[in-house]
Amino acid sequence: MTSVTTKEPVATPGKAAPKKARPGRRPSNIGTYLILGVLFLIVLFPVYYGLVGSLMGERDTNSFPPALYPENGVHPENYSKALDIIPLGDQYLTSVLQTLGITLGQMITSALAAYAFVFLNLRWRGFWFAVFLSTMMIPFESIIIPNYLLISQWGLKDTIAGLTLPFLATGFGTFLLRQSFLSFPMELRDAARVDGAGHVRFLFSILLPLSRPSLAALGIWSALSAWNMYFWPLLATEAPENQTIQIGISQLQSSDSDSPGMVLAGVMLALFPTLLLVIFGQRFIVRGLTTGAVK
Amino acid sequence: MDEVTDVTTTSGEKVLPEHGSGEDPGERSGTPSPTPAGREARREPFVAVLYLLPALVVFGVFIFWPLVKSILLSVQGTDILGNPSGFVGLVNYTRLFSDPDFLQVLWVTFAFTILTVIPSIAIALLIALLLQSRIKGVRFFRTAFALPFAFSVATASVIFGVLFNPASGVLNGILNTFGIDKVQWLTNPDLALWSVSGATVWMQIGYNLLVLSAGLGALPEDVLEAARLDGASGLRLQRSIVMPLLTPQLFFLVVVGTIHSLQSFGQIKILTVGGPEDRTTTLVYSIYEQAFANNNSNYGYASAQAMVLLVIVLIITALQFGVLERRVFYR
Repeated sequence: MTSVTTKEPVATPGKAAPKKARPGRRPSNIGTYLILGVLFLIVLFPVYYGLVGSLMGERDTNSFPPALYPENGVHPENYSKALDIIPLGDQYLTSVLQTLGITLGQMITSALAAYAFVFLNLRWRGFWFAVFLSTMMIPFESIIIPNYLLISQWGLKDTIAGLTLPFLATGFGTFLLRQSFLSFPMELRDAARVDGAGHVRFLFSILLPLSRPSLAALGIWSALSAWNMYFWPLLATEAPENQTIQIGISQLQSSDSDSPGMVLAGVMLALFPTLLLVIFGQRFIVRGLTTGAVK
Repeated sequence: MDEVTDVTTTSGEKVLPEHGSGEDPGERSGTPSPTPAGREARREPFVAVLYLLPALVVFGVFIFWPLVKSILLSVQGTDILGNPSGFVGLVNYTRLFSDPDFLQVLWVTFAFTILTVIPSIAIALLIALLLQSRIKGVRFFRTAFALPFAFSVATASVIFGVLFNPASGVLNGILNTFGIDKVQWLTNPDLALWSVSGATVWMQIGYNLLVLSAGLGALPEDVLEAARLDGASGLRLQRSIVMPLLTPQLFFLVVVGTIHSLQSFGQIKILTVGGPEDRTTTLVYSIYEQAFANNNSNYGYASAQAMVLLVIVLIITALQFGVLERRVFYR
């Protein structure tokens, strides 16, 4: 700061700049708050309305202009109604099992593959690397028809296996863990080997426990994408009780548009787990951001 | 490979340098550890593939084989039951590009991509830059603005469906206070794509914001400080210093956002079912419609469309690699 002021007499245009900046600070703060506030209202309105609307009765939601808060009482029974109309309990369980299966599967297959890439004497490494990379460039939508035919042929429609099998491995997860393994201190690995730890023991009792942040990042990304999946569960399931919660709430909307409060209650139930993940797992999510470079 | 009996350190040493100079300098499998016996080193290439195997099986069955099958399906006709009815060559493809419906699908897909990618990045950039200022409550705003990231396509679309409701939706309620008549957000053919795009922009803001905030947080502090000392501040600092340093993130978001938009499906299925007048039927929705809606089972024709999607995404990915490589070189 002081160095700037001493330079001031030398550079004439420099004189104007700090002068402008100083009185400009306060109003620009107010301006920042103002723009942020407006953006906040717009961006968070759907979140607000989802939550508040889920507690509003039909007198509020179906009038015009609609109420923006529960003017005619709070209606928590929207939640029990949502649970009654669609087999939401079954669907919740399906979603949980699907998410657990995909998340655990991806963690295991990714950890094994990343281990081979970093620590093992792998032949044709470049080739395998390209194979894993290429899986990230093929959009699932472009191969969804044969996948659907395959799962139907195997009689796996309406099963957890049908919902999870296609997603049990991921290039993204492999590269995320590979990145973390690459920074593992080699001396530790050598020490473990001298102590007689084989590959399996080294991987599961030393390497993975020490790579917890990256594993957590992978787990959160896998869980988020599995829980939020829409296209595949729509195809892979038919009976309402076998569908995931995502399909359930979208069906709820088309079947009962007269009761938005109940529909929104279903949405809130589906949203709850991912909301927790995003609020409390944000730093792990950020860790995985850059690995998605080749989606 | 052939001298199996020679289990000495010499064979081990032979293997190791070969590794260190492999095509992947980043890898470190060839660590100079003399302890493991040569026998183990010989066995390792085989063992190593075993570790890849679980992932490779999944990729093979659910990505590569379906890819081959997609190509095969796209050059075959389909009978009413959805069974391939024999080789027809490129008929599905020539039919695609002479079908005015499909040309409209391509146009809608293009428009949808432009309408979602650019606004969602612009808004996220504005928020990210504002969140860089040292004001009170930044942490609160940061968490709040990340919340849309938790929403799935289905949850967000259902909420927007309620907001868009022409008879009792909040959007028309707001217009009403300004004396504007009710708008048919999702059934007006000229408006539906804009509405669906608006909802999609909202869904993508959270992710874009996370990427841009991470990028801004990692800006070299010395460069910023030097610029400040030189008298750059406010907009000048943002435009001349911050934005150029942020180009990698912005470029990344354009690529990822474009691919993501091309793959969009749920919001269209839930909000408009491709209508009105197919004006919101994008490429992926069209694939769904041909293959799965109303028991169409038109797998051949749908697969040809799926291959068009694949080629577009591959071109964008290749573009990304080309540009990124140049950028890395430049640095």
